[in-house]
Amino acid sequence: MKTPSSTRRTFIGGLLGSASFWLYSNHEVWADALAAGQAGPYTPRYFNEAEWRFLNAACERIFPTDGHGPGARSLGAPEFIDRQMDTPYGHGALWYMSGPFQNAPANLGYQLSLPPREIYRQGIAAADAYVRDHHDGRGFADLDAADQTTVLKALEQGDIALGSVPGHTFFEQLRQNTLEGVFSDPLHGGNKGLAGWTLLGFPGARADFMDWVNQDGAPYPFGPVSISGETA
Amino acid sequence: MSTMKTDAIIIGAGWAGSILAKELTEAGLSVTILERGDDRATATEGDYPSSIDELRGAIRHRLFQNLSQTTVTIRNTVDQTAVPYRRLAAFLPGEGVGGAGLHWSGVHFRVAPDDLALRTNIIARYGKSFIPEGMNLQDYDVTYEELEPFFDKAEKVFGTSGEPHTIRGKVAGKGNPFAPDRSDAFPLPPMKDVYSATLFKTAAANVGYHPYSLPAANASAQYTNPYGVQMGPCNFCGYCSGYDCYMYSKASPNVNILPALRQDPKFTLVTKAHVLKVNLDSDGRKATGVTYLDLRTRQQVELRADLVIISAFQFHNVHLMLLSGIGQPYDPVRNTGTVGRNFVYQTITTSRAWLPARHYTNQFVGAGGAGVAIDDFNSLNFDHGPLGFVGGAPVWVNQAGVKPIAAAIGGPGGKAPTWGEGYKDALVDTYRHSLAIDAHGSNMAYRDVYLDLDPTYSDAYGQPLLRMTFTWKDNDIRMNQYVVSRIEPIMKAMGATRYALGTLKAGEPFDTRRYQTTHLGGGAVMGADPKTSAVNRYLQSWDVPNVFVIGASAFPQGMGYNPTGMVAALAYWSAYHIRTTYLKNPGPMVQA
Repeated sequence: MKTPSSTRRTFIGGLLGSASFWLYSNHEVWADALAAGQAGPYTPRYFNEAEWRFLNAACERIFPTDGHGPGARSLGAPEFIDRQMDTPYGHGALWYMSGPFQNAPANLGYQLSLPPREIYRQGIAAADAYVRDHHDGRGFADLDAADQTTVLKALEQGDIALGSVPGHTFFEQLRQNTLEGVFSDPLHGGNKGLAGWTLLGFPGARADFMDWVNQDGAPYPFGPVSISGETA
Repeated sequence: MSTMKTDAIIIGAGWAGSILAKELTEAGLSVTILERGDDRATATEGDYPSSIDELRGAIRHRLFQNLSQTTVTIRNTVDQTAVPYRRLAAFLPGEGVGGAGLHWSGVHFRVAPDDLALRTNIIARYGKSFIPEGMNLQDYDVTYEELEPFFDKAEKVFGTSGEPHTIRGKVAGKGNPFAPDRSDAFPLPPMKDVYSATLFKTAAANVGYHPYSLPAANASAQYTNPYGVQMGPCNFCGYCSGYDCYMYSKASPNVNILPALRQDPKFTLVTKAHVLKVNLDSDGRKATGVTYLDLRTRQQVELRADLVIISAFQFHNVHLMLLSGIGQPYDPVRNTGTVGRNFVYQTITTSRAWLPARHYTNQFVGAGGAGVAIDDFNSLNFDHGPLGFVGGAPVWVNQAGVKPIAAAIGGPGGKAPTWGEGYKDALVDTYRHSLAIDAHGSNMAYRDVYLDLDPTYSDAYGQPLLRMTFTWKDNDIRMNQYVVSRIEPIMKAMGATRYALGTLKAGEPFDTRRYQTTHLGGGAVMGADPKTSAVNRYLQSWDVPNVFVIGASAFPQGMGYNPTGMVAALAYWSAYHIRTTYLKNPGPMVQA
């Protein structure tokens, strides 16, 4: 696993919890995301090998490869999620994280003390342990697609107790981040080849429809372009 | 602690604060705006293409309040323990210069005149017994005729695009026939209708409703406003709501007012200044200034002033009043006090029509303020007698530019899967071939729905969080269900292959996890009676007359219309009376 440079880790650690964290880290971290490698297979920075295998398999089940085109794995959603773990968002720096943390009706929203990084770390460990208990010692990534889907559905419906992270909370974190990875600008690591946008017919950063306000139901004729100018 | 002096302090650099700052500097006062967020300039952080990044913008909330420093707690009922609103979802307050006026969409309504005296009008039509037990139905104590010049002024500052119905009593266009009379035309012609809006317009007319193109603070053409600042023509890029408009087409304090203000030597803008409290003199009847925390130096600063304008976001206004001891906190048990009373929201539900696959709705094309609406079921435009509820809702296609992450996470709608097998099929169909119709309705005030200080949780500065006690009530749920039922004929008339009607469900509690609207209101409402209102008709505190509280916090009810037009008009109305009356003889402008 590649680790972030010690200076960056110190920088972020020192600012966490201060009011300045968002202000400064915002630019730093996004710039860092931009500069991350474009070529070669991606090496995760946050997730360990077991977590990475789980994440790749789960993302692919949430947004599978099919007749419509590539799934989340080849679109780079796992890479996207890994990179997000080192942003203010991943560290929970956008959330109110002061206690006491208490149980409340679900409609009053998230009430755990865990930032996204910890939701993944604890959620993946618990989900994989559950799968091993129920599938002869095999982990989630080693199940066939149908069994993986069954496990994810059980998590979604809250039928699996994961300990510190409710199954539904973990699943929804995974689902949302996967879809963010599929459909965000490729500068964040996902939506490789703009294939997510091509699927929907979303033209990306064109963002100028002066001549296309109302085409009487005809499709918009141009393919997508990214913020960096990549086209599909 | 250092101490400085200015004539007027304004708390918050959103629409209300920027309007008051402009008006008071024009009156010759030295004015300091204290804004707790960062400065924000469209030329730098709102530029193309870096600003139109959905992940960083609407998903990670680039322009919104960072809850890690301060938030609210929420419970549905008084017998519950409130818990913190830890992640932004149901509503999205802004932060930084421009406030919510930077990330808003731009729907720019006036007001339905009947809504300003809703209590009086309901009693006149249906009798006092029509008002449900526990509903605090109130009048604003201001009329449309009094506010009209200030609606007109705000539209000219905002560069609003729209089609009038009548001007000085004469029909002048194909605008909303329920809209009140105007003294002048809109400064710009209406925005074009996108395809979805055109379908809605035709279908709504065919079933006998009265569709009109929405008034939008999105410039339909190049424009220079009375302050000499310029706007460019909207290109329907779809990055209004949640973004800062790289085209300079969407009105914002940053584009439409602050460029003029920043050149005025009497004006000072202090950012990263978090106001801790408004300071009062020993008998609590006069504000002496404020104490704020300089977030850069972590030092407390006392700033003295003769006049204090509280013009932050709606619930921050109420929070600051409670922290400062301005007015009596509302007590729902004894039904006393006014600060925190009549806390209101809006009811908004989305319905969806799917069209045959040959029709592409190109939902990414849009402008936040543009679209087509009907007012047939808003305000008192229809007979409530047989229906037995108070309130109403405009219904519209307001295609603001649907982005892929939001569409994907929200799901394809209907009974379609939200991931896995079958998801892509449904998502593609919904994204390419459907359109959304919203019922954006009123929300009445109730005795046990209110704001106060939380007994447990505090912010990063050690002050108690504001606590919301809020849920949906039967009156408002039935209103929403009725209005949505009136959408069904439109769905059929537009040739939908299928449709899904979105309503609130009977007994459904307010859900903080799902975005609804940022149109929160009340808590420091205006009115004629100091027992039921925190500020008088000029938005002046009844208790501390050199404090004015400007914003949607003044609304006694949540109206069907979007609030910004009303907030801007009230800001100009209050500023006018400060300039012409208060400054000549500082003191209460209405005797309690």
